[in-house]
Amino acid sequence: MTSESFLGTSGSHPAPQQAGPGAVPTAEDPFLVVDHLSVRFPTHDGLVQAVSDLSYTVRRGQTLGIVGESGSGKSVSSMAVLSLHNPKSTRLEGSITVGGQEVVGADDATMRKLRGKEVAMIFQDPLTALHPFYTVGQQITEAYRIHADVSKSTAKKRAIEMLDRVGIPQARSRVDDYPHQFSGGMRQRAMIAMSLVNDPKLLIADEPTTALDVTVQAQILDLLQDLQREFNSAIIIITHDLGVIAEMADDVLVMYAGRAVETGPTKLLLTAPEMPYTWGLLSSVPDVAADTDARLIPIPGNPPSLLNPPSGCPFNPRCVYKPKVPGELCVTTLPELLPAKVGRDHRRRCHLPDPHETYRLEVLPEIAPELAGQELAGQELAGQEKVGP
Amino acid sequence: MTETQAQPHTNLRGTGADNKGDTLLEVIDLKKHFPVKSSGIIRRTVAHVQAVDGVSFAVPRGGSLGLVGESGCGKSTTGRLITRLYDPTAGRMMFEGQDIAALSRRQMLPLRSEIQMIFQDPYSSLNPRHTVGTIVGTPLRVHKVVPDDKVLDRVRELLEVVGLNPEHYNRYPNEFSGGQRQRIGIARALALQPKLLVADEPVSALDVSIQAQVVNLLQDVQREFNIAFLFIAHDLAVVRHFCPEVAVMYLGKIVEIADRETLYSRPHHPYTQALLSAVPDVKQAAIGGRRERIPLEGDVPSPVNPPSGCRFRTRCWMAQDICAKQVPPLLQIGPRHKVACHFAGERGSTGAVPVTLDVLGCNSHGDPVPGATRAADLETPGYSPDFDDLETHRRKSAELADR
Amino acid sequence: MIGFIVRRLMSSALVVVLTSMFVFALFFLGPSDPARPLCDLNGRCTPERLAVLTEAMGFDEPVTEQYAIWAKGLVSDRTVDMGAKYDCDAPCLGISYGSREEVSTELKDKYPATISLAIGGAILYLVIGVTLGTLAAKVRGTLADRGLVTVSLVISSIPYYVVALLAWIYLSLEWGIFPDTSYHALTDGIGPWAYGLLLPWLVLGLTNSTSYARFSRGQMVETLGEDYIRTATAKGLKNNRVIFKHGLRAAIVPVITIFGLDFAYLLVGTVFTEQIFDIDGIGRWGIRALRAPVDFPVVAATVLVGAIIIVIANLLVDILYSVIDPRVRLT
Repeated sequence: MTSESFLGTSGSHPAPQQAGPGAVPTAEDPFLVVDHLSVRFPTHDGLVQAVSDLSYTVRRGQTLGIVGESGSGKSVSSMAVLSLHNPKSTRLEGSITVGGQEVVGADDATMRKLRGKEVAMIFQDPLTALHPFYTVGQQITEAYRIHADVSKSTAKKRAIEMLDRVGIPQARSRVDDYPHQFSGGMRQRAMIAMSLVNDPKLLIADEPTTALDVTVQAQILDLLQDLQREFNSAIIIITHDLGVIAEMADDVLVMYAGRAVETGPTKLLLTAPEMPYTWGLLSSVPDVAADTDARLIPIPGNPPSLLNPPSGCPFNPRCVYKPKVPGELCVTTLPELLPAKVGRDHRRRCHLPDPHETYRLEVLPEIAPELAGQELAGQELAGQEKVGP
Repeated sequence: MTETQAQPHTNLRGTGADNKGDTLLEVIDLKKHFPVKSSGIIRRTVAHVQAVDGVSFAVPRGGSLGLVGESGCGKSTTGRLITRLYDPTAGRMMFEGQDIAALSRRQMLPLRSEIQMIFQDPYSSLNPRHTVGTIVGTPLRVHKVVPDDKVLDRVRELLEVVGLNPEHYNRYPNEFSGGQRQRIGIARALALQPKLLVADEPVSALDVSIQAQVVNLLQDVQREFNIAFLFIAHDLAVVRHFCPEVAVMYLGKIVEIADRETLYSRPHHPYTQALLSAVPDVKQAAIGGRRERIPLEGDVPSPVNPPSGCRFRTRCWMAQDICAKQVPPLLQIGPRHKVACHFAGERGSTGAVPVTLDVLGCNSHGDPVPGATRAADLETPGYSPDFDDLETHRRKSAELADR
Repeated sequence: MIGFIVRRLMSSALVVVLTSMFVFALFFLGPSDPARPLCDLNGRCTPERLAVLTEAMGFDEPVTEQYAIWAKGLVSDRTVDMGAKYDCDAPCLGISYGSREEVSTELKDKYPATISLAIGGAILYLVIGVTLGTLAAKVRGTLADRGLVTVSLVISSIPYYVVALLAWIYLSLEWGIFPDTSYHALTDGIGPWAYGLLLPWLVLGLTNSTSYARFSRGQMVETLGEDYIRTATAKGLKNNRVIFKHGLRAAIVPVITIFGLDFAYLLVGTVFTEQIFDIDGIGRWGIRALRAPVDFPVVAATVLVGAIIIVIANLLVDILYSVIDPRVRLT
């Protein structure tokens, strides 16, 4: 499944294959192509560079996880897919195509046909994302009738059907409830029902479980996986939680300061990461399965300001491996998103001479000593398609 | 500015004798019921939200107890009761031998410096119009811990302890990042040299990379000043990392409490098992496959009208008649392990006969057995050196099962 | 819901009673002799006449007793002795010192004008204010938005009576665009009724709409930043539908709250309006009654009516609240 994925490339690499003008998209073609996307917001203090030169693709049936902290640009880049930013205060560059349709610069009528129909979104907090004054049924019905020319009663039947499908008991009576009468998990199910009512080909889930309890999170993640199998849609799941990524995503895109810093198939990226920021993410989260009084290894410092991002590698002010790179390279030059040592489609942005060895010999013994001695699962997985540096 | 690791000072308070053996706080059968008003012409109290309904636990001096559970389980209410932000409905809270549940607000005042709180949201828990110096210095002035002319020196010291630049005392909270603000909150809590810190979700509003910094700081502070922690969080991994002892709450009651090794590796309560199985595990997933997940159906019932008997029974796959009739007591089954389940046991190894019959004095349908007595002291905090293990309970219970 | 309304009506009644007591207290415990205005009315007020009147009117009784008599008149007929005896049918609000008519009869004459003026003006300024505010929020940051805010500030900073006076002088007297600004009963037909009130409505509506425009603009801007607005856009809804269906319904709630609080202000506005445009309503009536010699029964009646209107308006606002926001349960 992961071997066929097309993940982003940086400027110096061939762009991922696109459905060109007039080309008939096939099932194998990526449904979403984000190519050299930049998103900037002019403010009183200057230009906020929320997303810089970001490229990635998603096929139908694929789940891409975008991971990063607040301000990494992970949400901004996905909102751009539906042009949800105020066009007056946003500068978009590059290209985003959804099923062959260019989004950047598209007019409102074009975008409205995509929104909710081709691409649907679910948001972090279903309590604030659903309108408090309309019933759940009214909101789902409305979403359906924008894109389907059906009567109100047909639409309501469809709403009940969808609520039933996402596991809301007594959907027929709950359809007339207001969002505040639902529990948190139920609300997120209703949100999912609303987003899937038009059978979208791409579902963007922005921190869909962050506001939920862990047992409810498990229910929602299972539901999303079931629905994906059923509808063969593409999913982008945006989260700060590597655990969610590990469970859900086929491929991962790690973002830092508006840039992709590492991309690759999930298992590979989690077992053989080659970017110090990814290492930091792994090392700073305590392990629920390990009993330890050992100190966590945090990433020092704070995320950078996007008004005035650091020169060179955006991670360099917080990177403890900087001394291993000769000269001032980290500060002067932005590393390119180059193929990693282990695994096809695995790319990382780092100046270290051999980040894979650094990880294996220095990082792993600290964060997971029990794994350090062994051959990495990721290496086994990628063994047959090992790509040299 | 780069955040550095806290370099704790030693001159604030001596490292403290290693007196972890004795108990700092004992909570006995603590309850908090919030009234629900009727909608009639005269507004009567018609029901109660049983937010906390009889919890007992002990926090050792200088130790940490973790309190985990999902939203609405009563863990935050428990924290607020202990800091007396809420008045308890019933129960005792013995702090250094004194029952603080019974104290009036005025009597509580001197104890406020002993018990401090760290809040979840570093953005709303600091007054944006006060400088950091004022925020951290106010408790010093209010409690007259140091002379007024020494307050600033002390504030600088405290800022240094929590890893902030001591010269930034005249800045405002909005000039700091989320992680730094949480450090300010910690400095404020430390100002009075408390013996107990109630930390309510202290890192859950922070970014992942910052969480680790703050967790490490809290650990440093605890070791340095011998502060006991009641660490309330929904993140099971963080709690396991921080607390040698963990209690799991569900709908206002503690369902299981144990040392972390036991609780996380061999949970005996079905809810604990389900909860743990739901946590996504990066390493597990990365090296292939996830652990078996125990799905929980439906939602947590309303605390206004909780299920009779065991509160978890409506979602439990093992529930029997007795679960509706008898509230399972928090039974000690190991040297540091208590569990409140009629069918307690590791997953897959539970028996058909309830294990609680011997202490409840009833048969396996939950009806009292003539002649059998109910054990008296079922709500004691802490652990007892003599206890019956699960097998003994099972054997003794089997004798009563069919009577 | 019914429990709520009953409870609110009870507390409202209390408010009205307390207000009337307060007016009584002001009048009778104040420094001037309560019989004096009546005495001053007809010819010279001799001390003997004053004494007779005081005795006849019962002003020498304790205030509480006088209040009890007044309050009892609200439910039963009574006879008022003001030198001469007058019959006063329930609900009796006393006899006007000036006209020697029953106050309640006069009130029945006057209130339609005031109610027409207030409701018409209120509808006008709510509709204009909220519409302009919403449109400004839609185009926020543009020249049109800033222009609207500036004009609104300028109009708000001119005292209301100056605006009303200028409108009357120029639009009515000088240019004759609205030659007739007086009240015609609805029974005379809707045409004359509306035509006569048009200019007062416009003045009342336009000047008050400015603050509503700014307030609803602010609420709307805030609402448009909510997550559910983003959800509505992400569904594929047209911008206008997002703003008017999803945005406005949420943004209007605080506007209505302010409207309820502002109701007293609106009544003050009608007093000026009636005065300037010479409309025979409660406001003008009340103002006349306040001129020396003070016509106490009329003053008490206008204050009572004002309190009742404000209390009812606030009750309606609360009910409206629960209609708009399903989370608000009136309990």
